Amino acid sequence: MIRKVIKGATASAVAFGFVASSVAHAAMIKAPTAAQQVTMTNKGDTAWLLVSSLLVLMMSVPGLALFYGGLVRTKNMLSVLMQVFMIVSVAGLLWATVGYSMAFTTGATPALTPFVGGFSKALMIGIDGTTSATTFSNNVYVPELAYFVFQMTFAMITPALIVGSFAERIKFTPLIVFVVLWSILVYYPIAHMVWYWAGPDFLKDTPNEAGLLNHWGALDFAGGTVVHINAGIAGMVGCLMIGKRLGFGKEATPPHSLTMTMIGASLLWVGWFGFNAGSNLEASGVTAVAFVNTMLATCAAAVSWALVEQIIHKKPSMLGAASGAVAGLVAVTPASGYAHPMTALVLGLVVSPICFFFVGKVKNKFKYDDTLDVFGVHCIGGITGALGTAIVASPALGGQGVTDYTQFPSVLTPGYSIAAQLVIQLEAVLITLFWSGIMSAILFFVIDKVIGLRPAAEAEQEGLDITEHGERAYNM
Amino acid sequence: MKYIIAIIKPFKLDEVREALVALGVAGMTVTEVKGFGRQKGQTEIYRGAEYTTNMLPKVKIEIAISDDLADQVVEAVQQAAGTGAIGDGKVFVLDLGAATRIRTGESGEAAL
Repeated sequence: MIRKVIKGATASAVAFGFVASSVAHAAMIKAPTAAQQVTMTNKGDTAWLLVSSLLVLMMSVPGLALFYGGLVRTKNMLSVLMQVFMIVSVAGLLWATVGYSMAFTTGATPALTPFVGGFSKALMIGIDGTTSATTFSNNVYVPELAYFVFQMTFAMITPALIVGSFAERIKFTPLIVFVVLWSILVYYPIAHMVWYWAGPDFLKDTPNEAGLLNHWGALDFAGGTVVHINAGIAGMVGCLMIGKRLGFGKEATPPHSLTMTMIGASLLWVGWFGFNAGSNLEASGVTAVAFVNTMLATCAAAVSWALVEQIIHKKPSMLGAASGAVAGLVAVTPASGYAHPMTALVLGLVVSPICFFFVGKVKNKFKYDDTLDVFGVHCIGGITGALGTAIVASPALGGQGVTDYTQFPSVLTPGYSIAAQLVIQLEAVLITLFWSGIMSAILFFVIDKVIGLRPAAEAEQEGLDITEHGERAYNM
Repeated sequence: MKYIIAIIKPFKLDEVREALVALGVAGMTVTEVKGFGRQKGQTEIYRGAEYTTNMLPKVKIEIAISDDLADQVVEAVQQAAGTGAIGDGKVFVLDLGAATRIRTGESGEAAL
C-alpha cells in the first residue's frame, strides 16, 4: 500500500495501457488544509472504497467462516463460525475505540511514531464527514470515515484468520481475550509500522512522519505482511502452545463439508478484490492493475495446486484447488499493485507448490497440528508474496517500481534494484515474524495461566458446539 | 415366510427397488450402512493428510416375503444390483418365524 506509482507519471504506467490522466503539476497544492482536502475527494473513489469495505467484510463473514467451518468436524462447526463472527464484531468495536488511532495517527511522542500511533483519535475524536484521509496521489483524498471503515475490515479479518491454527480445541472466552490483546499489542503497531505515513502532500516537509517499515520503503500493497504473515505466525505459535487435538494422528479428522469450504473459498476470492484493488484507495488505473493481477495470480495458483496433486496423488482435489486459490490470493496481496499481470501469474504458479510442500510434507514431518493450515497457506504464502514483490515490482519486468514521496509532486525513484528491495522486504518479514511471534507467545502463555486456553478433554471430545455454545450445527 | 437382507452398492438402490416392485414386493426397509468385505477400503487425502477408510458406504435392504417369492427376489436383487465388480454386495435369506400388521393385528403371510 505504500510507495507506488502516481498514475500517468511514468513511462511504465503508460506501457500498461492505462490512460495517462494529465496531472496538472503547476496547480498542485502542497500540504492542503482540511477544507482544501475536502474539495480533493471525489464520488468515484469514495464509492469504490465503501464497496471495497463491504467486499472485505464478506471475506470474513461468511467467506472465511465457511472456508474454515467446512474443514472441521461436524461437532465443531458452530464453534468456528461463532469464533469468526464474534472476532469480527469485537475487532470492529476495538477499532473504533482505540485501533484506528493506534494505527493511523502520529505517535504519542516523536520517538514512538515509527512504532505505534497515539490516542488522539481514540473514540473517533475528530473524525467526521468533513475530515479526509490521504491516498497515494498528490492532491487526491478520500473521506476519512470511508478510510476508517475500509481499514476496520482489515483489522476484523486478521485476528479471525488466526483461529484456523488451533480450531477444534480452544475455549471461546480466552480466545476473545487473546484477540483483544493481540489487536492492541500486535496488529495496530504492525499496521502502523507498515501503513502509517503523512501522505504524499506532506512527506516532503515531515519525512519522519511514517511507520518504521513504511519509512524503510517496504512494499506491501494490500497487507501481505500486516495481515497474512502476522496472522500466520500468531496461529503457528498458538498451535504449538495449545498443543495437538486429542486423537491427532490416531483418529481420522476429515473435513465435514468441502461444499462449505468451496463456497467459503469462492467468497474469499470475490471479496479479495476489495482487499487488493480497494487498497489503492482510489478508483484508478492502478486499481485495475491490482484487480487483474489478483485475478490471474489466483487462477494460476488454483491450477498449479491441482497440477501438483495430479502428479503426486494422481487425483486433483477440490480442497486442493480451493487451497491453491487462497494461497494465490495471499501471495499476490503485497504485489497486487506493483506487478505486471504476467509476473503476477507466475507468482501464482510458484506459490502453490511451496504451500503444498508445507501443508503436506513439512507439517507431517514435524507433526504440528495446524488444523486448517494457517501457517502453511497464509504465513508461507505471505512470505512468498512479500519476497516475490521485490522481484515483480521491478520496472524492468513490467512492474510499477517505487515512488519517492519525499518529493513534491512525487516522482518515480530511479534505478530500482531487486536485490536492495529484497533486503528491505526480508527485514519487514523478519520484524513481523519476531514481533507477532514473541508477543503472541507471551499472550498465549499468560492467558493460559490465568483462565486456561483448552477445554477439558471430555468437552473437546464431545465437541465445542455443545460444550462452549450449547447448540448443534446440524439437527437432523 | 422368508426375511431377505441384501447389502448393495448405494447407487444401485433405485434399480433394485424397481425390479422388486415389478415382482410384486409390497414393501422394504432401507438403511444406509458402512462395512467391509473383500473390497478393500479407499484412501482419502485432505491437504496431505491421508485417511484410509476401512468401512465403505453400502445400502442395506430388508424385505419380508412369502416363501414362493423368495427365490425370485434373490435373483432380482442379484441381477439388478450386480456390476460384476468386487464390492457388489451380498444377499442373505433367513427363515421368518412370525409377522404381525400393527394396524389390523393380522398375522402370518396376510401381514406381509
